Amino acid sequence: MIETKSLEDVLEKYEPVIGIECHVELKTASKMFCGCPNAFGGEPNTRVCPVCLALPGALPVPNATAIELMLRAGLAFGAAIPPHSKFDRKNYFYPDMPKNYQISQYDMPLTEGGVVRYWLEDGTRGECRLTRIHLEEDTGKSTHAGSGDGRLAGSSHSLVDFNRAGVPLMECVSEPDIRSADEAVAYLETLARTFRQLGVSDVKMEEGSLRCDANVSIRRRGASEYGTKAEIKNMNSFRSVRRAIESEIRRQIEVLESGGRVIQETRGWDEGAGTTHSQRSKEQAHDYRYFPDPDLVPMDVGADVIERLRASLPRTPYERYVRYVDELRIDSKRATQLVEDAALAAWFDRAVDASGGNALGVAAFVLGDLARLANESGTPIAEGNVSPESLAELVALTSSNAINSKAAKQVLEALAREGGSAKAIVEREGLAQVSDRGAVAAIVDEVLAANPKVVADYKAGKTNVMGFLTGAVMKASRGKANPALAQELLKEKLAG
Amino acid sequence: MDPIRDTARAIAREVNARAVSAADVANAMIAHVERADAGVAAFLQLTPDLMLEHARRADARIAAGERLPLAGVPVAIKDNMCLEGTRTTAGSKILESFTAPYTATAVARLLEAGALPVGKTNLDEFAMGSSGENSAFGLTRNPYDLERVPGGSSAGSAAAVGGFQATISLGSDTGGSIREPAAFCNVVGFKPTYGRVSRYGLIAFASSLDQIGPFARTVDDAALVYDAIAGKDPMDATSVDLAVEPAAGATREDLRGVRVGLVKEFALDKLDAASRASYEAAYADLERLGAQLVDVELPTADYGLATYYLIAPAECSSNLARFDGVRYGLRVEGADVGEMYERTRAAGFGPEVKRRILIGTYALSSGYYDAYYVKAQKARTRIAADFARAFERCDVIVSPAASSPAFRFNAKSDPVTMYLMDYYTIPGSLAGLPSLSVPCAPAIPEDGDRPMPMGLQMTSPLFTERALLGYAHAFEAATQYAKRLTPAKVENASA
Repeated sequence: MIETKSLEDVLEKYEPVIGIECHVELKTASKMFCGCPNAFGGEPNTRVCPVCLALPGALPVPNATAIELMLRAGLAFGAAIPPHSKFDRKNYFYPDMPKNYQISQYDMPLTEGGVVRYWLEDGTRGECRLTRIHLEEDTGKSTHAGSGDGRLAGSSHSLVDFNRAGVPLMECVSEPDIRSADEAVAYLETLARTFRQLGVSDVKMEEGSLRCDANVSIRRRGASEYGTKAEIKNMNSFRSVRRAIESEIRRQIEVLESGGRVIQETRGWDEGAGTTHSQRSKEQAHDYRYFPDPDLVPMDVGADVIERLRASLPRTPYERYVRYVDELRIDSKRATQLVEDAALAAWFDRAVDASGGNALGVAAFVLGDLARLANESGTPIAEGNVSPESLAELVALTSSNAINSKAAKQVLEALAREGGSAKAIVEREGLAQVSDRGAVAAIVDEVLAANPKVVADYKAGKTNVMGFLTGAVMKASRGKANPALAQELLKEKLAG
Repeated sequence: MDPIRDTARAIAREVNARAVSAADVANAMIAHVERADAGVAAFLQLTPDLMLEHARRADARIAAGERLPLAGVPVAIKDNMCLEGTRTTAGSKILESFTAPYTATAVARLLEAGALPVGKTNLDEFAMGSSGENSAFGLTRNPYDLERVPGGSSAGSAAAVGGFQATISLGSDTGGSIREPAAFCNVVGFKPTYGRVSRYGLIAFASSLDQIGPFARTVDDAALVYDAIAGKDPMDATSVDLAVEPAAGATREDLRGVRVGLVKEFALDKLDAASRASYEAAYADLERLGAQLVDVELPTADYGLATYYLIAPAECSSNLARFDGVRYGLRVEGADVGEMYERTRAAGFGPEVKRRILIGTYALSSGYYDAYYVKAQKARTRIAADFARAFERCDVIVSPAASSPAFRFNAKSDPVTMYLMDYYTIPGSLAGLPSLSVPCAPAIPEDGDRPMPMGLQMTSPLFTERALLGYAHAFEAATQYAKRLTPAKVENASA
C-alpha cells in the first residue's frame, strides 16, 4: 500500500507537475470601479455605493492606481506589458456577485509572461514562469445562517456583505513549472514578499488578500506529456498549501498505482481531514460567455508609462537574497530573515556599507540583540534610534576588541534609548575594553592576593575555580577587562 | 405667455426675466397635466412635489442673479433614468418597487439648468420595443390618434411632448427609440453621438448603443436640452472628453452649400404611397433650401438589423443579469437561491425581454460566439466604415425615420415585423452617429383616414451635433410641418 511507502519512495517513479493560480487584493485607497474605500472587514454593507451594489444604471470607472500597481507587479517579474488591453465580462450567477458578472480580463491581460525566481528553505533555488497577470474585481461575502456550522447545506437563509465587492484583485497564473509542494510554497512566499514590498498588496492569507488554487497532476518520470490535472481549492495558509499538494500527489499516485485514472475536476482541501475531496467535474464547468465589457474603453499602456514604472521599481527580495548569500556570504536562513522586510534590508545595506563590508558582523547584531530590542520596544529597527552608521561603529569597536561583548550590549541598549554615536557612548560610560597587559595583570595580581584559599584549591588540582577567578577579575575591572586576556594572565600567574 | 404650449426657450426667457416665476409654470403644468394625460397615459408617475421644489430652487437662484438656460421648463423623464427618491421601473415588473437612491447625470444636469420634473414616462420594458406596447404598466397612446401607438421605446417621453404634457423630455435611443416615436408623435427627437451624453443612471439595455437625448417641439429646444446634458462625465468611462460646442442658437435658415446624401439602399419604394409622398416632398424641400442632393451608398445597411439583434441582445443578456431578486426589486421566493432566481426572473420580465436575453445568451455561448457575436462586431465595423465613406460625399444623410406612420395597437404581433420599424435608424446607431428625426409632411396611413405625423431622419458624422441641428432647423423653419397637426385630445390650457 502507498501509505506505508514514503512520498520520497513513490516519487522515484512519478513526477508531480504543479501550476499555481493566485488572487491578490490590491492595496488601493478605493475599489476597482467606484470610489468606495478598500479596507478589510467593517460593519457589513457600509462600504457600498450604487456602482459596487450594481444598482440599475450604475457604471464602472477603472481605478488608475490599481492598474499601475498591477503593472508594477508584472514588471517586477519581468513580464511584458502588451500595448493594448481590455476588460471583459465573465458571466455567471452568484448572490455575492452583484452584477452577476465579474469584470475581468479574458484574452488581452495587462501583463504577459515573466519569471518568478524563488529559493527554498535549504537555499536551493528555482524558477517558475508566469503565464499572465490580469486585473479583475473581488466579490462580496456570503454567510449562511441556520445550519449551525455556517455551511450552505441545511441553512435557512444567507446574508451577503458587499464591502469586499469591487475590491481590485489581480490574478497571477503560473505555468506548470513547479515540481513539489515545497517549491509551490517557496514560489508563493516569493510572490507574497515581492507584492508586499512593492506596496501592491498586504498579502494576508488570513484576511483573504491572498488566495490560491493549485493545479496538480503527476506523470511517470521521463514522460513528456502532462497527466490529467485536478484543481485544488480552499487552502488558507502556506502550511495548508504544502499539505494539500502533498496529499493530492499521494492520492493521484494511489489512483494510478491501483489501475485507475485521474479525472479532471475541482477538489476542495479539507484541513481537518487532511485530504482533498471532489467538488465539481469538468463536465459541470461553467460557460462564462466572456465578451468585452462595453461599459469600459480599451486600455493602451504607453511605453513612457512602462518606463516610468520600471524605473521606480525597488530591488526585489530575490535580488537582495542572491546578493546576501552569494556576495556577502550570509547563510540562507539569515538572508531570508533580512529580505523579508524591505526597510530592514535597506537599513542593513546601509550599515554594511558604513562598516566597510562587514556583513556578518552587522548581521549578527541586526538579527540578534538589535532584533530583540526592536521586538521589545515594538519599534522596527529601520524606524528606531539606532542609525546604520552607529551600528557600523559598534561592529567595528567589537571586532577590533575595543569593547567586549557585554559592553557592546550595553552600548546597543543606550543607542536604542537615545541614539547618537557608539563611540561617544563607549567614552561616556567608560566601557572601552582594557586590553593593556600591564593594567589587566595588576588587577589579576590584586584578585589572586585577595583569594589565597581559591589559589590553593587551584594548585591542588581544582581547576574549575578558574571561572570564579575570571569573574572576580571582570568584576574588579567593572567589566572592562578583556576576558580572554584576563584568563590568559590568570593561567600564567597560577602556573608560575 | 402660455406655459403649456410655449417653447422651452420662451419659458426660460420669461422666467429668467422674472416676468413669470418657475413656480407659476409648475403650478400651471400641475393643474394641466393630470387631466391632459388621462387619455394618452404618457406618465407612469407625476412628481408635482419635486416639480414645485425645483421651481422654488430655480426662482431663488434667479433672484440671486443666476441665469438658467432651462429656467422653469417642464421636463418629462423616461422611466429608465434614475431620479433620486422616485420610483424608477424601466417599465418592468422586476423594478416595480425600486426607488432610485441617486440621480442620473443627464437628469441632474437638466435639473441643474433649471428644468422642472413633471414626472416619469412610460416605455417599452427596458427600452426594448418600437411601440410602447411592451411596458409592464399599460399602454401609452399616440396623442394624435389614441387608437395608435406612440412609438417606442421612449413612448411616454415622445407622447408627453407631442401632447403638450411637457415642454421637453428625455428619452434614450439604442436602435431608434428616440427617433421613431418622435416621428410618430410630431416632435423633434435627437440622439447625439454615442459618448456625448453620460449614461450614468440610465438603466442599461445595450451599453455600446444606448444614448440619452431630448424630445422637443422645436429643433432649437432640442438643442437647448442637448447643450445642458452633453459633455464628459467622470462617472461614465465611455463618455467622451471632447469640448461641446453649444448647439442652441446655431440656427441656419437655408441649406446652401450643404451636400445632402440620399442612401441608395433606403430607396422610398419600400414605403406606402402616402409615406413616400411625404419623403419626396421633404427631399424637394431640402433642395429648395439650397441643398445639393447626392446619392450615396451604404452597401452593408441591410445587415444592420441582423447585426443589431445580435449585439444588443448579447449586451442585454449580461446587463439584465443583475435583476436577480437578491438586492432590490421583485423577489419570488424559492426552495434555494437558484429557484429564487428562476421564479423572480420568470415573473419579473416580460416576453420581449426574455426573448432578447435568450438570443443574447445564445449568441455569447461557447461554440457560437465567433459565428454570432464576433461576426456581428465585424459587420458593425463595416457599417461604420460605409458611413464614413458616404460622408466623404455628403455632409448629412437623410432618410425616413421609421418604416411607416404610427400603427394601430396589436398591429405588429410578430417580433420581426416590429423590429423592421427600426430599419432606418439602426445602422446609424451601430455607427454611433448623431441622428435626429424632425417632423415632415403628415401622411394618411394605409389603415386610416386622417393624417398622422411623419419624421425625416437626418444623420451626420461623429460629433457634428451642432451642424446637424443647424440643418434640421433650416428644414423646420422653412416647412413648419409640425404645426399642420393638433393633438387629438389636448386640454385647452393657458396661464
